[in-house]
Amino acid sequence: MTTTMKSMFHSDINQSGTEAGQIAQANEAAAVNALQIKNLNFFYGSFQGLKNINLDILERRVTAFIGPSGCGKSTLLRTLNRMYDLYPGQRAEGEINFYGENILEKGKDVNLLRSRIGMVFQKPTPFPMSIYENIAFGVRLYERLSKAEMDERVEWALNKAALWTEAKDKLNQSGLSLSGGQQQRLCIARGVAVKPSILLLDEPTSALDPISTAKIEELINELKKDYTIAIVTHNMQQAARVSDFTAYMYLGELIEYGKTDQIFIKPAKKETEDYITGRFG
Amino acid sequence: MSTRDPSLFAKRKRANAFGLTFSMVAMSIGMLFLLWILAILLWKGFAAISPSLFLQISPAPGTPGGGLSNAIVGSLMMVFFCAFVSTPVGILAGIYLSEYGENNKFSEVTRFVTDIMLSAPSIVIGLFVYAIVVYQVKHFSGWAGTIALSLIAIPVVVRTTENMLKLVPTTLREAAFALGAPKWKVSMSVVLRAAKSGVITGVLLAIARVSGETAPLLFTALNNQFFSTNMNAPMANLPVMIFQFAMSPYDNWVHLAWGGALLITFAVLGLNILARVVLREKVKV
Repeated sequence: MTTTMKSMFHSDINQSGTEAGQIAQANEAAAVNALQIKNLNFFYGSFQGLKNINLDILERRVTAFIGPSGCGKSTLLRTLNRMYDLYPGQRAEGEINFYGENILEKGKDVNLLRSRIGMVFQKPTPFPMSIYENIAFGVRLYERLSKAEMDERVEWALNKAALWTEAKDKLNQSGLSLSGGQQQRLCIARGVAVKPSILLLDEPTSALDPISTAKIEELINELKKDYTIAIVTHNMQQAARVSDFTAYMYLGELIEYGKTDQIFIKPAKKETEDYITGRFG
Repeated sequence: MSTRDPSLFAKRKRANAFGLTFSMVAMSIGMLFLLWILAILLWKGFAAISPSLFLQISPAPGTPGGGLSNAIVGSLMMVFFCAFVSTPVGILAGIYLSEYGENNKFSEVTRFVTDIMLSAPSIVIGLFVYAIVVYQVKHFSGWAGTIALSLIAIPVVVRTTENMLKLVPTTLREAAFALGAPKWKVSMSVVLRAAKSGVITGVLLAIARVSGETAPLLFTALNNQFFSTNMNAPMANLPVMIFQFAMSPYDNWVHLAWGGALLITFAVLGLNILARVVLREKVKV
């Protein structure tokens, strides 16, 4: 089982160039599913947090999850990289197929999985080490790079996160010395540096000012060329701005899922419309 | 149409003045004794501070002069080895309790035993090491002293490490896990690093605690009138030296005891201040 995960791990990095070309040629309908969620139920002890979720997340697209607090959108995100595994009493049932492999299966190497499905959290969480080390930390876990290669990777990742120009002269300073918005971009750089195929963003801008938020949204637009992105957000305009697909959730259920334009302009369900127009509750 | 009652406000003000006065009095009493101790110590001890205190060994009964060099070196050696043993053991145990021992029986027992050890009378620990080590090898030794001191220091390090690690936010752990880091890597490279200054403070406070301990050394390292760095032999040390000299009939011994007491006090004070500085560093970053 581990071997198949490993082969995936390598194949994705190598193929990313050619696959991107193929995808660009293919039309929307032919886009590949990065994740297929089938009959997913999630439990916090005896409380059911997610109820029978069925959803496909398309490769190199941005999928946004919206809904009121407690609707399960963060919970859903946290099942996708099995973050819930850290806490006894939390369990998921059903299937989440990641390029055909069910990640919920017993015996999966969750560490390897998380290196393939990265996550950025609500609050910036720089590690208590230098900016350089913050990025090298994750890379060193799975790759043996020379000093020069590592330097290159750090620069590449910081560039991807639009932080290179601001950080290049202080790579040896503590990651905590950056401003909140910069810290969050550092966290994104850190996530990108390990070259995952999916990035999960859990309200990545809710602790940031509007300018930092705009920068991160721009970044998401850039990143979706190479990565599949799933974002949880409380900000409806943000979902409308950055996502290709939107899922509206309520009380642990997936109410409606579709193209963002369609969800925001002509939602099929009354509940979705009420939430989007602010008439909710 | 106000229903405000001015007497309520006046009553609260009275209660405030009352509470403030009492806490000030309580603080003054505490400060008074602390300053008193320091003043006597400085007054009596300062006269004993001279180069010979550091350069000469403890004098034989009835001989004038002398110093405490053997006791100073002995104390430093035992405290050094104690720190050498208790730092890794204490920190690793603390990591276990905080990161791995969420809800299991073993960690609950460990935590309980550690708490008992924290409040165990140090003389009991001295007796224990006497029975286990000294009695078996038939002689007092610096190693036995080190073991006794370590048994006192380890619980302090364990508990402070655990508490400091628990202060590290869960989000930081999750962020490290999200990169695919295995648990031990998360604990050692991220969590321990985030709590570094707190953990160092714990170690410093543990060292400060043991460097003044007398009872456990009385049964283990005993004392030595001569200069010795042999950890396998009885070893001179400041606390026991102070204990013996202060109660002796010789003026120069009593004099040296005050000097030794001043040295220990300042060493402990220095360690405490250092611990505070280290902890403040953390806030700055």
